[in-house]
Amino acid sequence: MTTETVTPHGSPLTPERDSFWYLVHAEWTKFRTVRGWVIAVLVTIAAITAFVFVASDVSSSCVGPGGPSACPAQPTGPGGVPVVDTFYFAHQPVTGNGTITAAVTSLTGQVEVGLAGNGAPQMAPGLEPWSKAGIIIKENTSQGSAYAAMMVTGSNGVRMQWDYVNDTPGPGKGAGEAGGVSASAPRWLRLVRDGGTITGYDSADGTHWALVGTTTLPGLTSTVQAGLFAAGSYYDSRFCTYDSNFCTRATGVFRHIGLSWPATGWTGTNVGGPNFGVPVPGTLRQSAGTITVASFGDISPAAGNAYGGNGQSLQRALAGTFFGLIPLIVVAAMFITAEYRRGLIRVSLTAAPRRGRLLAAKATVIGAVGFVAGLVAATLALAVGKPLLLRAGPLAWPVSLLTEARMVVGTGALLAVAAVLALAIGTIVRRSALAVTIVIVVIVLPYLLAFGPLSGSQPQGSGPGGGGGWPLQITPAAALSVQQAVPQFHQLLAVYPLSNGYYPLAPWAGLAVECAWAAAALALAFLLLRRRDA
Amino acid sequence: MSLTARVAPPRYLLGQALHAAVQALRAEWTKFRTVAGPSWLLAGAVALTVAVGAAAASAVRCQSAKCGIDPAMVSFTGIDPGQAVVAVAGVLAMGNEYSTGMIKLSLTAMPRRLTWLVAKAAVLTAPVLAASALAVAGAALAGRLILPGHGFTPAHGYASLTSATDVRAAAGAVLYLTLIALLSLGLAAAVRDSAAAIGLVLGVLYLFPIAAAVVSNPALDRHLDQIGPLPAGQDAQATIGVHSLLLTPWQGLGVVALWTAGALLLGALALKFRDA
Repeated sequence: MTTETVTPHGSPLTPERDSFWYLVHAEWTKFRTVRGWVIAVLVTIAAITAFVFVASDVSSSCVGPGGPSACPAQPTGPGGVPVVDTFYFAHQPVTGNGTITAAVTSLTGQVEVGLAGNGAPQMAPGLEPWSKAGIIIKENTSQGSAYAAMMVTGSNGVRMQWDYVNDTPGPGKGAGEAGGVSASAPRWLRLVRDGGTITGYDSADGTHWALVGTTTLPGLTSTVQAGLFAAGSYYDSRFCTYDSNFCTRATGVFRHIGLSWPATGWTGTNVGGPNFGVPVPGTLRQSAGTITVASFGDISPAAGNAYGGNGQSLQRALAGTFFGLIPLIVVAAMFITAEYRRGLIRVSLTAAPRRGRLLAAKATVIGAVGFVAGLVAATLALAVGKPLLLRAGPLAWPVSLLTEARMVVGTGALLAVAAVLALAIGTIVRRSALAVTIVIVVIVLPYLLAFGPLSGSQPQGSGPGGGGGWPLQITPAAALSVQQAVPQFHQLLAVYPLSNGYYPLAPWAGLAVECAWAAAALALAFLLLRRRDA
Repeated sequence: MSLTARVAPPRYLLGQALHAAVQALRAEWTKFRTVAGPSWLLAGAVALTVAVGAAAASAVRCQSAKCGIDPAMVSFTGIDPGQAVVAVAGVLAMGNEYSTGMIKLSLTAMPRRLTWLVAKAAVLTAPVLAASALAVAGAALAGRLILPGHGFTPAHGYASLTSATDVRAAAGAVLYLTLIALLSLGLAAAVRDSAAAIGLVLGVLYLFPIAAAVVSNPALDRHLDQIGPLPAGQDAQATIGVHSLLLTPWQGLGVVALWTAGALLLGALALKFRDA
């Protein structure tokens, strides 16, 4: 037998056919011509959108002494944000511009440590990190009115806070001065009102002043209330038997009070009412040159479990994401496993011998399909869901357009990356049932486990960092955090539970975790695809 | 054909059917035990159930007498992921017939399709029952070893972990896993595609509790927890607060059994009336 060179018959590989986009186009043709797959993607969109009607069915769920009752109204502040606004306010009216100065010579407090035999809360001396006392300029004494305040806190130093959500630290908040004010080492605070602008200053000696912050309170009335306040702070400890507002009582002692207007004497008001479940109303004691204010309560945003209304988080509109994920995962895994099952992979690899590029083309197509499906579904779900949720009352937290955009684009990205992950796992295990199961177990199941004992379901402490524990931190399910529509605040040590829509990771950080999984799986798939026989 | 049927004595017919059933059982059992996949899957299900259960038991703490944590539910946390693997075993028992084209051969050799399906289900049941018993026993043992060190002591109201209630919970868990395998087999017979079937099974299992977690309408929430196979099955595994559950343990297992019966019925109908 003689050997001779055989020129393979066939059309030459033109540059156009060698291009990556040609491959993408070929894969797209494969995808769109399988009727079942297209239907599954439509089911993904329909499932996410349709679940809105279930998730937004929000009949009132508050329980009073005699059965179900209307939920207590949640006070709201400027911009419609829900607020905790319950504290003792020693105030006097001031019209026009003015300045108030005071030296805080003591900040002490009591915290609840358990229950006495008769069921009354047992208190012991102590302060929480955000227990506070200081000076405040507030539009009026009703809950939720605009304000700006300078304060000394339990262990967060001097702060300027305004309109509930804003917090700025004073200069040099060393551990030494944290709450540790004394008669010999007081902290001087000053607020200056000039029109709608309020500026806060801080001083160690009453002579050398340092600027802490300046803010504009829009639409501030000409006459406002200015004075002294104390608030124990909202703190969710496991000892708390009352509302978490009332676990801690702070007592502030003020001296050297300077007013730029003719003093009219102090009026004491329990903002939020004296009978708002408060064990002991706030108190005001005046003696020669010294004023002492003591109170439970807090002035803060009502986020996490501090929120007491029956408004819903906008995130609820996207609760159908899981329903959409499952058909998408099935299709994405089959996009490669069907090739193995039918032997089509050999044809595909003959046509595109560079295996990495074939995988990249498939990932591009399935990722784009997932992204568009997520984008369309989330847009529809928010468009339908927002009005439905608003029927029950204002949302738990007002959502900016930017946040809504993040939720929509994030849902698209979440689905896209999940599809790529399923494709990669499908390439690795080459069996559809196994691939689908692995991906569903790592993406859908963690959300279920997050409510169970694995996540450490007991809230051990409190503070920012939402619920769910590690199942929603290290698995691809972490990406659900891109849908979070409620904010967290470092100055509010509430519990931020998963059931209220709080995730343990920041929105984009959670998505990054999912991306890392997909990237790792894709890398392994690439290696195996190159090394193994098809 | 009809002539033979008329003249043949009924006893002979019954014997023939019985013979066919035994043949089908033997054939299916040979298929099952000569493929490595199912054994690996069931071993994986056991390992996953025990490992995740032990991890959950290590993570949980009971601080006081009123902590209200069910030690059985903690030990059996591994059933959440473990059932997915059991479901894969159930789906593949049928799905592989279709994906390999073996179904044509099987039905040629065994034209009585329903007999064949019953034989397949029976052959799946035995090893799954054994593996489930192993998994549940392992998880319960792990819980028994770990939990007393984490506050689940007699002082906190957790006496022994081998009372009649605990045995009932363990039996409930074993039966639950077996029913899930059969549910998966039935759905795979109905949709005839492994990937679609496993998606469907895991959707039915996991989506009910997730929907119940996000739904705020209390009536709807209760119904979702009553009709979903996973929450209903969990009611069969509970050991404390059983009286406040939505379903009694056997009702819970009954709901799962209804799902399984429905899936097997769908599978039987599809098998009987469609071309393979």
